[in-house]
Amino acid sequence: MMSKIVRTITNILYSSILIFGFYVIMHGHLTPGGGFQGGAVVASGIALVLIAYGYDTIKNWIKKSNLSILESIGAVSFIGVAFLGIGTTFFYNFLANSGSLFGNPTVIGINPGDLNTAGALPLMSWAVGLKVLAGLGSIVLLMAYGIKKGDGE
Amino acid sequence: MKNYIAFGALLVVSGFFLLSAINMHSFGSPSEEDMDRYFIENAQEEASTNNVVTSIVFDYRGFDTLGEATVLFTAVVGVSLLFRRLIK
Repeated sequence: MMSKIVRTITNILYSSILIFGFYVIMHGHLTPGGGFQGGAVVASGIALVLIAYGYDTIKNWIKKSNLSILESIGAVSFIGVAFLGIGTTFFYNFLANSGSLFGNPTVIGINPGDLNTAGALPLMSWAVGLKVLAGLGSIVLLMAYGIKKGDGE
Repeated sequence: MKNYIAFGALLVVSGFFLLSAINMHSFGSPSEEDMDRYFIENAQEEASTNNVVTSIVFDYRGFDTLGEATVLFTAVVGVSLLFRRLIK
């Protein structure tokens, strides 16, 4: 556990980092970024809390098993979304321009962008984002646990 | 005998590397200009995204992204296995 200054700044910054990470994931089809980048940002937020509060406090907040479940959900839904377009090909963008979820017609040319376009790409973005944030988060947690065990006993 | 096999393998690999170095395009010129043009002109219409990079990563080269996800999964499994001894 680090000093009170670090913990206070972490309390202020943590929510902003999470919101920014989920924003990057959500707007992956409009702005620079996407699933991998947003997931890495969220995982860096987890690493910040882990360093500020130490492993003993954090292990009650973030469970490694929950992160494993989240990662599996991300992987399975990524392949699942890819398989949903199997009527045409694997990884076919079946939702694009369909009028349903994320299916608004595309505006061609230079435009600010519509969040409700791009078909299956935002779903894949979310799947990969969940996978990356859970994967990197569990790597950080495991390494912190290993350091603690290696130092202490 | 083993040394000869290793030397032969080294020759083959370095030969392929040399071949690719000789056939490399000069700096700055794209190797597949038609493909770049196609992505830039059609990505917005086909993948229905404003971000061409995302349309390539998740649509045109989706299989590649699946491989990347597998790499990350393998990394997590490897770290878990590495620290399994400490947990027990």
